[in-house]
Amino acid sequence: MIPFAPDFGAAALVSIFLIPFALAGMALLNTGLVRSRNAAHVMMSSLCVIGIAAVAYFVCGFAWQGVTGAPGYALRIGGKSWDWIADQPLFWRGIDWNGSPASIVALMQTLSVALAAMIALGAAAERWRLGAVCASSAVLAGLIYPVFAHWVWGGGWLAALGVNYGLGHGFVDAGGSATIQAVGGLSALAVVWLLGSRRGKYTPDGLPTAIPGHNAVFVLFGCLLLWIGWLGLNSAGALLFSGVDPRRLPLIAVNTTLSAGAAALATAVVTHIRFGKPDASLSANGWVAGLAAGSGACAFVPPAAAILIGLVAGIVAPLAIENLELRLGIDDPGGAISVHAIGGLWGVIAVGMFGRFPVGVFYTPAAATVTEVSSSGQWLAQLIGVATLLGCILPALYGANWLLNRWLLYRSTPDGERQGLDLYELGAGAYPEFMTHTDEFLQR
Amino acid sequence: MKIAGWLLSVAGWLLVLLAVILLRAEAPRGAFVLAGLGVQVLGLALVFRAHPAPRGGRS
Repeated sequence: MIPFAPDFGAAALVSIFLIPFALAGMALLNTGLVRSRNAAHVMMSSLCVIGIAAVAYFVCGFAWQGVTGAPGYALRIGGKSWDWIADQPLFWRGIDWNGSPASIVALMQTLSVALAAMIALGAAAERWRLGAVCASSAVLAGLIYPVFAHWVWGGGWLAALGVNYGLGHGFVDAGGSATIQAVGGLSALAVVWLLGSRRGKYTPDGLPTAIPGHNAVFVLFGCLLLWIGWLGLNSAGALLFSGVDPRRLPLIAVNTTLSAGAAALATAVVTHIRFGKPDASLSANGWVAGLAAGSGACAFVPPAAAILIGLVAGIVAPLAIENLELRLGIDDPGGAISVHAIGGLWGVIAVGMFGRFPVGVFYTPAAATVTEVSSSGQWLAQLIGVATLLGCILPALYGANWLLNRWLLYRSTPDGERQGLDLYELGAGAYPEFMTHTDEFLQR
Repeated sequence: MKIAGWLLSVAGWLLVLLAVILLRAEAPRGAFVLAGLGVQVLGLALVFRAHPAPRGGRS
């Protein structure tokens, strides 16, 4: 069991209460990046995802994620224990709701799993049916996210790589670069592969056409909300899952801000160089990429390293968005795959590259013996986490969504895309007093 | 090609796990982990190629 500081509960709760700002920011960002005829559908989908994810996590997600030290199923391989899934009662039975660590973990994860599930909305917007959105979110929140979160945050085999095989502190992901961002981003990639591109996105020659979002203010204000939410996400994650000393919360907040700011500035410069002017929506993507990348190492790096992590994320994000669209035919209107999957994976690697774990980083009870663990194997532990995301979680996400697609049919009809999903699925537009004229369905 | 890509991706992950379990020395363990990641990259490249670039609006 991770030893917690005596006052960790209050600090963790205050941090957790900031996380809904991230949900609101994500919803607003995704809404602003789609055309006006799909705006209400994206916002409605966001609400549905939060509801479905919370219920799925309540029904079975927490039971399979568990908390560190709680019972789980483990395989014995080479004399070492490989804990692969928790064994907690379904429906949150057995949780002591009087401020126990398990109750605080359950609260935080209910919000985190909703954030992870919302990421795919940005990539699959304008063609993903509402019923399919709900089904995919339920599978992610009830099965795939909890299993991976158990491996990383519930005392599973990835977290135990340090104890079992001497690989640093095991796989470290303080704020969720892997558990939330990369899992959500890879889910977006799986769904976009199954859905294909939006009608009118590519010409008969295969060249992508620009389909701008309808509200840059939503996008940029969403970024500000995401920043507030991320301060809570990183702080709560570091306290609850890495056992970080609460006195490091100011460093976590500073690193979160610096990483996002550096990334947004880097993207603004990159887009200025490439297009002659800084691009607002791509800079917003850069901001979020900085947040996603900075999460993993937020408690373990000095501020200068956080800036470097953000700079790399801010340079890579717009280039990845461009190349995915141009060369690989991935139509991702929200940039979610580049921002969350690639940004998150970079955040995981950054822990191995920049993470420092001196005595005092982790809260240690006075009676405990303080020993400094070698961090030479940390690199390897982080790479094993990356391999697990790409070789286990991504195929699982693709397979689960492939099965659901056979049953539910993910993609809307051509008529639904032409009308916009607001009218087609919800029966009313987001802006009923506006008349929209578009020509993107004309043959070019 | 898509199935081959996914199989390579999973095989790369298993190679990484076997390296952790079977090897003790840091250098060969690291080399095999990197090799496993390389196999995964090949697999993902195949999966990307199996989803062809869309033409005329619908992939």
